[in-house]
Amino acid sequence: MAQLKIAGLHKHFRGVHAVRGVDLDIPDGEFTVLVGPSGCGKTTLLRTIAGLEEADDGTIEIGGEVMNDVRPADRDVAMVFQNYALYPHMKVYKNIAFGLMARKLSQSEIDARVKRAAAMLGIADLLERLPRQLSGGQRQRVAIGRAIVRNPQLFLFDEPLSNLDAQLRDEMRSEIKRLHQEIGATMIYVTHDQIEAMTLADRIVLMRDGQIEQQGTPLDLFERPATRFVAGFLGSPKMNFILATAVESGGALGLQLGDGRGLALPEGSRQRYAGMVGRKVVLGVRPEHMGRARDGLQANGHVRLATVVELIQPTGSRTYITFPLGGTSVMAEVQPHDVQKPGDPIDIDLDLNRAVLIDPDTNRVI
Amino acid sequence: MPSGKRARRRRQGALSFDNLVRVVYLGAFLIFLLAPLYWAVITAIKPVDDYMTIPPVWFPEHPTLVHFTAAMFTYRGLVGLINSAVVSVAATALSVLLGTLMGYSFARFNTGGQHLSFWVLSQRFLPPVAVVLPVFLLYRNLGLNDTRLGLILIYTVTSLPLSAWMMFAYFRQMPAELEEAALVDGYGRWGALWKVALPLALPGIIAAAVFAFIFCWTEFFFALILTSRSAYTLPTIFRGFLGFQASSYGEASALAIVSLVPSIILGMLVQRHLVRGLTLGAVRG
Repeated sequence: MAQLKIAGLHKHFRGVHAVRGVDLDIPDGEFTVLVGPSGCGKTTLLRTIAGLEEADDGTIEIGGEVMNDVRPADRDVAMVFQNYALYPHMKVYKNIAFGLMARKLSQSEIDARVKRAAAMLGIADLLERLPRQLSGGQRQRVAIGRAIVRNPQLFLFDEPLSNLDAQLRDEMRSEIKRLHQEIGATMIYVTHDQIEAMTLADRIVLMRDGQIEQQGTPLDLFERPATRFVAGFLGSPKMNFILATAVESGGALGLQLGDGRGLALPEGSRQRYAGMVGRKVVLGVRPEHMGRARDGLQANGHVRLATVVELIQPTGSRTYITFPLGGTSVMAEVQPHDVQKPGDPIDIDLDLNRAVLIDPDTNRVI
Repeated sequence: MPSGKRARRRRQGALSFDNLVRVVYLGAFLIFLLAPLYWAVITAIKPVDDYMTIPPVWFPEHPTLVHFTAAMFTYRGLVGLINSAVVSVAATALSVLLGTLMGYSFARFNTGGQHLSFWVLSQRFLPPVAVVLPVFLLYRNLGLNDTRLGLILIYTVTSLPLSAWMMFAYFRQMPAELEEAALVDGYGRWGALWKVALPLALPGIIAAAVFAFIFCWTEFFFALILTSRSAYTLPTIFRGFLGFQASSYGEASALAIVSLVPSIILGMLVQRHLVRGLTLGAVRG
């Protein structure tokens, strides 16, 4: 186990500047998820940490030691690949033992470690099989077993669950999380799936175009996104973005939407938004922060909107409806029996306390 | 259900017609392929008087092995056989060894960019006659004319493009992650190649070896020009059987049968691997 420190890392990959000046500090024992759309450089970054790619510039330190010129074999990292990369010609036992054999451990030590790892992952009865005789989930377990058996300083996961079906993916996700809690090792996990990132991470590092867009705890990023990109990337269904103009009337700040509606901003936000008066802003509000309005007093920052349901998408536990707002269609989350059919009128309660305002010129949250 | 039965009967009828076509087609193909072979076999064991009779002798009343001894000793077929075996085995081993390393290098390190690998293959487009004279002159200066070493070298060079290209194709479709996993697991490049890539490439290596061996074993032109009295190979001996005044059909047939044996044994041994190797590793664990 060890900490990882990356400073000023650059990497060109197939003619693309894939990693552009990444600085990253990962403390010992942390589960860090690198997330971002495909092509954002997250896998290249991971492979550079593993030593499978050479850094063009910058340094990579593992456990306080600069690793730039150290070959992958000597970095003491373990990696789980997207396609498992099990050795097809070796039985499960040898697949798991392979890394230990490279380190010339004694046969009894290898045997003990392989059996312990296999028991931990529930694959003890598969040791004599070949990879092609295993199901996808079993292969994934073997791949993880191959990593943990070595007890490395650093675990690297490259989209390990993307080849599994949805149910198995959920199962393995919990298992990886439990594994991290059990062995407490430093882990770096690459995925494009924001739900995986949210559920697994101690810290999310959200990447875009080879750079870190924002990093922090999952709830940090979710609740306080720094940019429109982060706000839109995390959360499912996605955050709604509505173009508006910031206005001031009678000493209170508000938003003027394209359809003529005015929304009063919460008291206390005046200082933050004062500079935007008269300018265009983008209002970002998550579906779960809009619901059917209940009778009663309107709390500070809540706005009531009378509108008409366009589309209804029930998921069982909750229902998503689409309705027009500010010249665009937005999605809100309501209770399953709140709406009956499209075309029905509905009063929506919008919680502006949890909304964000984005400067459309810089795409940064104000 | 009657309609279902009818449909099944119709299907079976269609099937048996298909089968008939198949059997006739395969039968014709086999006759075309095996008839000359059969003729070679019985000619090899026919007494001389039975060669040209009309009607032909389909099976000799008194089969004899005398043509075999004549072919092997009088015509020095045994020496040719040994030369062929030594040259073919050595050239095959070299060609596959170098070809495997070349193919690996093309596939994993993109050696020589996009063009080198194809340039290597394009060497196969070159007719042997274009290079045989320079090689002959070169060999004369180097003292390699009429030596097994000379033949081994030229056969290695000539069969290398195909070996390299086959191995290139084989390694290219093998997921690089397998070796990367080995690299992370604690092995160097050579370790990953030796323990992971090569065992998985074995079907491809065997296929490449069979092609190289068959090329070397049957090669005639280079052997004709570059050998004379001591390093001659089996194919060049056949020239001597077809004379101006008389032809030794029995001896030629006997030697042809002998030269077939290694190919047949090889084919039987590696049949299973060969099919896998030629599908260029569609196998994935």
